[in-house]
Amino acid sequence: MAKEKPGLQLPEEINSILATDCGSTTTKAILIEKVGDEYRLIVRGEAPTTVEAPFEDVTMGARNAIREVEELTGRKLLNEQGIITPRQKDGSGVDIYMSTSSAGGGLQMMVAGVVKTMTAESATRAALGAGAIVMDVIAVDDGRKPHEKINRIRNLRPDMILLSGGVDGGTITHVAQIAELIAAAEPKPRLGTGFKLPVIFAGNKDARVHVRNVLGEKTDLRIVDNLRPVLEKEVLGPAREEIHNLFMEHVMAQAPGYNKLMQWTPVPIMPTPGAVGLAMQTAAKEYNTSVIGVDIGGATTDVFSVFGEYFNRTVSANLGMSYSICNVLLEAGIKNIMRWIPFAIDEADLRNRIRNKMIRPTTIPQTLDELVIEQAIAREALRLAFIHHKSLAVGLKGIKIERTIADTFEQTGTGQTYINMMELGMLIGSGGVLSHAPRRVQAAMMLLDAFQPEGMTMLAVDSIFMMPQLGILSTIHPKAAMQVFDRDCLIKLGTSISPKGPSGAAKPGDPCVTVKIKRGTGEEVHQVPFGAIKRVPLGVDEKVKAEIHPSRQFDVGKGNGHTVETELQGGVVGVLIDCRGRPLELPQNDRERRAKLLEWFKSVDMYPEEALAKYARVG
Amino acid sequence: MAHAYTPGLKVTEKAVIRKTRRLPIPGEVLVAEGDAVSPDTIVARTKIPGNPQTLSIANLLGVEPGDIKYFMVKNEGDRVKKGEVIAEYKAFFGLVRKTVESPVDGTLEMISTVTGQVTVREDPIPIEVTGYVEGTVESVLPREGVVVKTEGAFIQGIFGVGGETTGEIAVLASDPDEVLDAGSIGPEHKGKVLVGGSLVTAGAIKKAAEVGAVGVVAGGIIDTDLIAYLGHDIGVAITGHEDVPVTVIVTEGFGRMRMAERTFGLLKDLSGMKASINGATQIRAGVMRPEVIVPGYKPKKTLRDQDLSLGLVPGTPVRIIRQPYFGRLAVVVDLPPELQVIETEAKVRILRARLEDGTIVTIPRANVEIIEE
Repeated sequence: MAKEKPGLQLPEEINSILATDCGSTTTKAILIEKVGDEYRLIVRGEAPTTVEAPFEDVTMGARNAIREVEELTGRKLLNEQGIITPRQKDGSGVDIYMSTSSAGGGLQMMVAGVVKTMTAESATRAALGAGAIVMDVIAVDDGRKPHEKINRIRNLRPDMILLSGGVDGGTITHVAQIAELIAAAEPKPRLGTGFKLPVIFAGNKDARVHVRNVLGEKTDLRIVDNLRPVLEKEVLGPAREEIHNLFMEHVMAQAPGYNKLMQWTPVPIMPTPGAVGLAMQTAAKEYNTSVIGVDIGGATTDVFSVFGEYFNRTVSANLGMSYSICNVLLEAGIKNIMRWIPFAIDEADLRNRIRNKMIRPTTIPQTLDELVIEQAIAREALRLAFIHHKSLAVGLKGIKIERTIADTFEQTGTGQTYINMMELGMLIGSGGVLSHAPRRVQAAMMLLDAFQPEGMTMLAVDSIFMMPQLGILSTIHPKAAMQVFDRDCLIKLGTSISPKGPSGAAKPGDPCVTVKIKRGTGEEVHQVPFGAIKRVPLGVDEKVKAEIHPSRQFDVGKGNGHTVETELQGGVVGVLIDCRGRPLELPQNDRERRAKLLEWFKSVDMYPEEALAKYARVG
Repeated sequence: MAHAYTPGLKVTEKAVIRKTRRLPIPGEVLVAEGDAVSPDTIVARTKIPGNPQTLSIANLLGVEPGDIKYFMVKNEGDRVKKGEVIAEYKAFFGLVRKTVESPVDGTLEMISTVTGQVTVREDPIPIEVTGYVEGTVESVLPREGVVVKTEGAFIQGIFGVGGETTGEIAVLASDPDEVLDAGSIGPEHKGKVLVGGSLVTAGAIKKAAEVGAVGVVAGGIIDTDLIAYLGHDIGVAITGHEDVPVTVIVTEGFGRMRMAERTFGLLKDLSGMKASINGATQIRAGVMRPEVIVPGYKPKKTLRDQDLSLGLVPGTPVRIIRQPYFGRLAVVVDLPPELQVIETEAKVRILRARLEDGTIVTIPRANVEIIEE
């Protein structure tokens, strides 16, 4: 008989929290405790994930990671049944345990709708926001013939399908067509060969009877409220909730060991990217600013953005630094990767190096040349993932999004309207290539080059990638999640000042911006010309008042030539005054381009000086 | 403390190999526990529903979707033949007549009066799974497939393309440094698995396909040659489903790369024996590497057992798998426990190793793999 699940406690009773994230390769455990008035990260442990053969039990990896926490704290947290909760008088146990998961490939979905840029796009937003990888989007007008769509549905084997289409009370013909296509395909789920594929119908309520007739027998059909009840309204909450339910009931229940893991915690297990999204939203709220976050992994790159009430998430399933690194090469092209390298390199050699990284993904750069190459590839992966994010325009908050009629005719561009780089307050990078860059300024430069923020933006990296655990924690204890996020999770790199422009024909060397920084009673003046970048030291907890005067072809937030008075916050890098232009353009001529890169790298102290001198001599 | 264990690819003269042969959907298992199977033995079979063809009857006849039932000549569940009339519209006493014929042999599965569409499903498609290797059925997975057990030589490559095939091994290189080009391949290599040294050229793969060879194994391949062979670039590391005539397996990596002595030596010993090979590669959790399996091989010499559970220890032979010593072989000299700063300024765990020419070099532990011998 299953052990009774631990009960959910109220936030004020929680002083000690254990959270794990079961990733595809590593399971990470963190212990958070109340120290004085604050919640802080105490220790972390990690161990290989054990979803795959020969172990096939996720709890083994979770136990191993937690055992590391036990060893580091000298406290007993595990017993035969699972986690000891609540915390005992003898100091053993924790008040609550929770977990996120992306093991076994995460949540893989297919979405379908009637019009690609309308209901299918809304369905995509719902799926992505719930933390899924969207394998394909099927729509009546997607340009494929019915048999091509059927073949695609048959071959993909998703974990579930989200079907939308039609406004309530409208015609049911088109959504019925899509339902019939799905029925004809007789799709099978990825996990559990004997099970029916879950299909969520979130379309025209008048079509429910027909959809049930067509799909009721062949699939595990769930019906929820229409995600586009009228053209101007998007209601993603019910569909997203059902995705989470099915993730728990079907995907997690089929994955090895999850039934046991689910018994350990009163909080439903959440898909890792969904939890990271929650952490980003909590951060945006707490810092009262717009946030873009990126997590670049070996296989995929997730981009999150929170602008006002709009939360967007996209996942570029094939952009990553190891498993998918060749896809970065394929999509960006070798020239775009080479443009960030300040020395001459044979194209064929570079291609072979990238392929060899793909087949031996756990290796690390040993030479500086290799590091520079890896960071060049990362810039392109990040840049492409951000373009993808902007183009998908994923407005994903589970509340009603009101749009004007004018907006409804511009569906493909909806996301772009949310992302305003000048308004962006914080840019957070995560993933090995950013979090583990030997010099923090390297991470800052990768973020600047790939995202090209405008105006004043705080740059940060996630120290040890604990955002998934903090995201799920924020669902029951936002205060604890935020305190740990601010003090232990984020490493603030510093503020970038990036004037937008030039609006005219400014030449490199022309005046771009003058930054006056007031320190104590003194004032520093930094004049940076167009085409240059300057690094000004300012410590992590330091804040200074500054006047920023852009020249007339440049804008730092109040229009061309208008001064902005603001407070600048420091970081481990300091303040970066980036006058390289927005958009940032590199010289076409190879020799000039390499010289320019070396000038920038030297100016911000990005790599060891002697190496840059060597590149300059050889280049 | 956990061992720093960096497993390499398996290259072993004698291994017990188990292959799970599973159907994509439940079906019928045709062999029993203990049965002997060969690569061609069909061990399990199933049928997947045939391809559906959708026909918009309403549009084709020019009638309302709700009315199509009045014009259907065939009903749901009826068998239909290709060209057989399934719906008919007549007006003006038969002077105006429109018909819709079935595009395929199959069964009329659904008539939708909502969309005006009709689905005709083709006959089920049989799917069969073979034994892949010479061996015996160790266990039966009811309705799903079997586990085939065999003993013999087992070599893993680092990357491959193309699926399962079988053929006799023919070593065409005289040493592991030699390049396999088209000149060494002839009609006598039909049906064989060809082994080269450091590189297989685009010309060699083309020639191998022309003469009907089934596989090529070599140390390396040039990135652009692979793209030319496949006709497309590879974005992510999932392979094995390419529609290519010759399965290609590389043992070391991209570029010209001398095949490891041990791999080359073993393949030489296996000359003339029948191998089951598969190029399928998947590099992610649950890593899958391409493989060469030669059941029934009896090694000439007794093997020296290597205790890999010790992980990296002084004396462990390793291959360096990243620049600046990429592809070089070495022996571990020393494993300092503390983190050290390398050229990139990263602080990492390193080891010192002696290269074949006697030079001692420092390498991040992540950048070596143990050579199992």
